[in-house]
Amino acid sequence: MKFPISIQTQVLIIGGGVTGTALARDLALRGIDCVLVEKEDINAGASGRNHGLLHSGARYVAGDRAAAMECRSEGEILKRVAAQTIQDTGGYFVAVQGDDERYIADFASHCSRSGITARAVDIGAARALEPALSERAIAVFEVADASIDPFRLSLESMAQARSLGARLMRRTGVVGFEREGRLIRAVRVRPPGGGDELRIEAAQVVNAAGAWAREVAQLAGTPIAMTYSKGTLLVTHTRLASRVVNRLRLPGNADIMMPGGTVSIVGTTSTRVDALDDVHPTAAEADLIVEEAARMLPALATMRYIRAYAGVRPLVGAPDAADGRAVSRGFALFDHEDQGLDNLATITGGKLTTCRLMAERVADLVCRRLGVSRPCITATTPLPVAPECGWTEPGRSPREWMRSHGPHDALLCECEMVPRSAVDTIYNALRAAGDTPTLTDLGLRSRVGKGACQGTFCAPRTVAHLYQRGDFQARRGLAEIVDFFGERWRGQRPVLWGEQLAQAELMEALHCGLFGEELRDEELQHAGMPDAPRAAPEPDPADGKPS
Amino acid sequence: MTDEPPDRFDVAVIGAGMAGMAAALFAAERGLSCIQVGNGGGILFASGLLDLLGVQPTAERRLWRSPYEALAALALDEPGHPLARVEVPSIRAAFETMVTCLGAAGLRYAPLGDSNRSVLTAIGTIKTTYGVPLSMVAGVEALNVRPPCLLVDFRGLREFSARQIAATLGDRWPGLRHRRIEFPGCEALPELYAAHLARALEIGETRARTIERLKPLLEDAHAVGLPAVLGLARVGEVHAAFEAGLGVPVFEIPTMPTSVPGLRLLAALESAVSARGVIRRHQATVRALAFDRDEGAATLDLEGVPGGERVVARAVVLATGRFTGRGLTADRGQVRESLLGLPVRQPVSRESWHQSDFLASSGHAINRAGLETDGAWRPLDASGKPVWPRLFAVGSILAHQDWMRSKCGSGLAIATAWAALDQVARQLGGNGAG
Repeated sequence: MKFPISIQTQVLIIGGGVTGTALARDLALRGIDCVLVEKEDINAGASGRNHGLLHSGARYVAGDRAAAMECRSEGEILKRVAAQTIQDTGGYFVAVQGDDERYIADFASHCSRSGITARAVDIGAARALEPALSERAIAVFEVADASIDPFRLSLESMAQARSLGARLMRRTGVVGFEREGRLIRAVRVRPPGGGDELRIEAAQVVNAAGAWAREVAQLAGTPIAMTYSKGTLLVTHTRLASRVVNRLRLPGNADIMMPGGTVSIVGTTSTRVDALDDVHPTAAEADLIVEEAARMLPALATMRYIRAYAGVRPLVGAPDAADGRAVSRGFALFDHEDQGLDNLATITGGKLTTCRLMAERVADLVCRRLGVSRPCITATTPLPVAPECGWTEPGRSPREWMRSHGPHDALLCECEMVPRSAVDTIYNALRAAGDTPTLTDLGLRSRVGKGACQGTFCAPRTVAHLYQRGDFQARRGLAEIVDFFGERWRGQRPVLWGEQLAQAELMEALHCGLFGEELRDEELQHAGMPDAPRAAPEPDPADGKPS
Repeated sequence: MTDEPPDRFDVAVIGAGMAGMAAALFAAERGLSCIQVGNGGGILFASGLLDLLGVQPTAERRLWRSPYEALAALALDEPGHPLARVEVPSIRAAFETMVTCLGAAGLRYAPLGDSNRSVLTAIGTIKTTYGVPLSMVAGVEALNVRPPCLLVDFRGLREFSARQIAATLGDRWPGLRHRRIEFPGCEALPELYAAHLARALEIGETRARTIERLKPLLEDAHAVGLPAVLGLARVGEVHAAFEAGLGVPVFEIPTMPTSVPGLRLLAALESAVSARGVIRRHQATVRALAFDRDEGAATLDLEGVPGGERVVARAVVLATGRFTGRGLTADRGQVRESLLGLPVRQPVSRESWHQSDFLASSGHAINRAGLETDGAWRPLDASGKPVWPRLFAVGSILAHQDWMRSKCGSGLAIATAWAALDQVARQLGGNGAG
């Protein structure tokens, strides 16, 4: 039996969402060595499947004042230190005929008790600024909501952590813990592609696995009580409002519409789920969102939607109501000491808006245990801009393209205007970190595949480019295209009616009708070339240039 | 609308995709006067390859060497499939007529036989098809024999990488080489467009310069594959010049739509139907369609022509396509036929329209939604009777087929248009314009 390879670090972070990456940055800024393992990719869970709303806190003033105040102060901090990830759009809270009059009447005073400014706006003036608002609006308040790009936030946090020595291991899942007395000696992980297990020996281990925190804690032998709430959101084809628009009522279904660059994002739903596998948006959820949100923004009833997505909120506490909305949206930090472990901490629950604070709290605990006295500086230290991390921002690509395109920088994606140079920058950064990037990785870090065509044209173009660069070999590009569409399809399926159904039909006509991707192996067999005659392909010759 | 009496036709074809074009062509071939309404934009997405039937059953992903054996299997498995309802001799006659007419319009196809052919695609997959343009047919032979072969692309043509195709198939085709060249005169352009290149290659000097750039790259190549940019209307001349200049067979590989072969096909079909006297209203759409049971005529009110237009036809062929063609539309609840609100056979709810796996073998249920017809290709009303005695439906709007998975798009269009025109001719009794 082979002796497993061991990696040593001070702190092992499990989970690469907004909290895990913020924690890596926080620790790195305090001079602590850390390794972050993520079983999929950055923000693969709820961190990348939410509204992208930087809460003013007003949403929680009536039901969860502590969460409201946390949101307020953290929102203010992030606007100062991570401005590049935020569009300070402002927000409206809007009530329509039939909404709870009592809630409307108490809203301003609830807000002020939490230190949140909510200014009543004349309805006519609000509708002049946001013409999509319903004629049936009966009250409008203005608050300091903003939109935040969680991908850029996490990617740039991780980029800074790495520049300070932190290590990121993507597609590396935890398979077990080695315990000795009150300590975890090592965490066993499975590297990408399912190779031999590795051992990571860390003085401290932080479980920041979001919705998966329960599974990780279970593996460590320190169970925690959590429930899962699935939330679905829809992406519109065009942007419908310049501000965040919230329904002025107790939190419920489909009561927030976010501006997301060139689109709007509408949601959410809240459904208790018991398992984390195969969580995907459904047609029924899409219908519920369209019908409910249209009461506040009538154009949503006839709007073209290009995609849906669903995430699972990790909620801490025992199961109660069926929809999970009554469970606190505050976060929870477990030190597990009462469960017999002195070097494990779990941080979960919470919200995108409070991710920095969550990281600070757990980092403080870890530092105390390590005997490190350096304080947290993330509330005052600006997050550096990283060149490979800004491509998730809608509208950036066209700007850069107009500024700098030359004879050798063609557009790969025409919906979102992503040039080859952007793909190169992202790809090269991943490669430089020792990764083998996939088409899906590029999609997560850019706007490729996010426009109306959902990758129909840009996915094959990007793959062609990666072959041309020499990065893709053999039949890998086909597998990547199939994976990419498989992933995008889950999001398209619930919103395929009207114009987007025609778009999906075109996609299938091209990728099945013409390219026959579903028959990629059968066609080889049929053409009499089932097996490769040699084990290894010939080395690719260099590209020819005309003499 | 003017007060002049409306023009009268034997047949009005609504739709100008492959099925509409085939219906107009076959109507004219039968000596029927015909007006065609609708633009041919859908054909721009065609590859120039004419599929007949490649896969049956789709759930088993079974590919067929002979489309006619595939049709026999289809007739057993799915007697309700529109292609299974057309007699094989009619299908042969329809395809022969189609490629003959296209050839006369300057778009020549390799002789049709009993076999499907395998061709390369732009992403390195292989596609089973039936009718292959002459400019692509050397690729079929090359793929069969797999001799030393050179694939060339042009820097800036983003959707076509020779290196990608060679890498994807390289381990099974060791002599497949790839090179990239600059397109003459386009060295400073970031993005090239296939149609521009095709037009440029119709100019002798550009063509000669391109051939000169290719010659030193040939080495041991027995054939040369290029993206489909070898001319538009003059594809025959451009292709022949490349073969003569290089001294080896040259073949085109269709690029991502909208592609040059799509442009050629549209131009050839437009020219073929116009040359046969079909009146085309390609900017127009049908605003209203009414049937007069006493006179036995249909009245079409067109919009999109100055002042509007009213025409009368003794028979109407509905070839409006599916969702991309706008023949069908869907809201969140159901699928509707766009023009007349005809009943559409469809899955019960949106949740069951699509599989959760995009490439699932059995295909998406909504693709088999569409119009039900009687044995004479007449769409049925809610009571199961023909809507009107001489209203016919052809092509992809028909139910019980999934052309994208069966690889039968052109076959469905051409064969059902032929069969429906048989019925039209029978019903009109072979008379001229009314």
